[in-house]
Amino acid sequence: MADIKNYTLNFGPQHPSAHGVLRLVLELSGEIVQHADPHIGLLHRGTEKLVEHKTFIQALPYMDRLDYVSMMCNEHAYVLAIEKLLNLEIPERAKYIRVMFDEITRILNHLLWLGAHALDIGAMAVFLYAFREREDLLDCYEAVSGARMHAAYYRPGGVYRDLPDTMPQYTESKIKTKKQLKALNKNREGSLLDFIQDFTNRFDKCVDDYETLLTDNRIWKQRTVDIGIVTLERALNLGFTGPMLRGSGLGWDLRRTQPYEVYDKLDFKIPIGKNGDCYDRYLVRVAEMRESNKIIKQCVTWLKANKGAVIVDDYKIAPPPREKMKSGMEELIHHFKLFTEGMYVPEGEVYQAIEHPKGEFGIYMISDGANKPYRLKIRAPGFAHLSALNEMTKGHMIADVVAIIGTQDIVFGEVDR
Amino acid sequence: MKKIEDLSSIVNQILPNQIVSNSYNHEEYTITVNKNDIHEVIATLKNNPETLFEQCVDVCGVDYLEYKNEYVGDRFAVVYHLLSVKNNSRIRVKAYIPDGDNPNIDSIQDIFSSANWYEREVFDFYGIIFNNHPDLRRILTDYGFVGHPFRKDFPLSGYVEMKYNEEQKRVVYQPVTIPPREITPRIVRKRGI
Repeated sequence: MADIKNYTLNFGPQHPSAHGVLRLVLELSGEIVQHADPHIGLLHRGTEKLVEHKTFIQALPYMDRLDYVSMMCNEHAYVLAIEKLLNLEIPERAKYIRVMFDEITRILNHLLWLGAHALDIGAMAVFLYAFREREDLLDCYEAVSGARMHAAYYRPGGVYRDLPDTMPQYTESKIKTKKQLKALNKNREGSLLDFIQDFTNRFDKCVDDYETLLTDNRIWKQRTVDIGIVTLERALNLGFTGPMLRGSGLGWDLRRTQPYEVYDKLDFKIPIGKNGDCYDRYLVRVAEMRESNKIIKQCVTWLKANKGAVIVDDYKIAPPPREKMKSGMEELIHHFKLFTEGMYVPEGEVYQAIEHPKGEFGIYMISDGANKPYRLKIRAPGFAHLSALNEMTKGHMIADVVAIIGTQDIVFGEVDR
Repeated sequence: MKKIEDLSSIVNQILPNQIVSNSYNHEEYTITVNKNDIHEVIATLKNNPETLFEQCVDVCGVDYLEYKNEYVGDRFAVVYHLLSVKNNSRIRVKAYIPDGDNPNIDSIQDIFSSANWYEREVFDFYGIIFNNHPDLRRILTDYGFVGHPFRKDFPLSGYVEMKYNEEQKRVVYQPVTIPPREITPRIVRKRGI
């Protein structure tokens, strides 16, 4: 028999299943992976350094661009860190709005993950179904902030503005008949909350649809069961958090264990896996979508019943209302100062973590009492997960590498920062 | 969730000589240790059945050069965030490192595998060398990058820029041509807001 030596293969950075710009140097023996060396940093923008040169509010939109499929969750960790340094208590309504949008974001993220993961392994249809629902949720983003993705909606002290009373509607065009138009606008007649409520009522059925396509699918199971098994002990040592850790069988969820905002008042379950393989992590994430849907329902009910302010009434932190700013001298000065010089955050250091769709997303912020953060370290869950890629792929076939990248839910915006 | 006072008394008990200072702020517990003790401290915190910090959540470098514009003391710091899922508690371990030709600290990669990439990142950004690290390469900056970009004396716009050169028909590096500018100046207020 001929002597076959190991050979190295360059995977990416422009590979469709690399989920962005991942370059992998794989050492192969036949089709078996011996060693995987991820080369990251191709999307490095130096967010942490840039933020040191921006005021606290100017730095906020950078957070959207970290993990660009779960925008508002990134903002959430950032504003919570500032609020912790300021010892600031925000209005109850703002907390519920934030929690609701966090869960909308979680569904958004998991839908994209589900679609892309299935596409990588060869199931085309799920992607199309997942994007159908994503579109509705992105409309919610747009209704509330004006932007479909990079919302910059959460602000230190609350959220930028209250939920709108109307939803944008489809307008007449050459390709849409009156009848079609009416059907499209049917659930957009009421307020944003009505639209979200309508969504939550039909979403469970949609998740059933995805599950019919995948959960008992023979090919899907062959590609995911017993692939990339991580034991609980190793998962902890490798710094896994979120669904990656829960897939290995530990019910660790920051929403439950270290609750922030109003999660301690809401009713939801924490799904966990058993074997720690790709299939379990898939089941965990699908179950999480259902739980998120439940949380959104509870938030909608609360928000419909309770009105109130959505941002603190402190003009050193949040801008004054526009009408007051146009008529009062003091408010005008506050507005001017806030947007030119920025807000001052007391000296100190905090670490604030939230349960991001991908895991524990933390902001470690050091302030020296200036109008800009002195140091801002972003603890991205994907970074820790990707560092375990070598261990997870060892001994697997090259096609399984794609399944494992998919199951890790890697987004390069946050890994490379 | 374990109370910070309880945690602090346990930590001070199991590490009687290593802790330089304790601090509690915003319901967070920070200990500062000598940089030569870091490996021992982290190993004790992980393995002691009372503390059981089984996860290293984050390793972060800090450059204190311009802190409040009047900083005196060791220039760099490496900050470790540990998490115990068993006790539901967090701890921050800080070790200061003086400036010099090669600021260095012991690696904790053999205790926590997750520290491997975090330490590479700190090395890349701050030039802090982790002794006994098996694979201390740059991680996030470009291939062939010179300097450590997160140091406070490294300009925001960097030293080189990249562009396509029509004559050479390839991408070339050249010194930066855009002048540095600051839109909002950094101001440190002495008393309150």
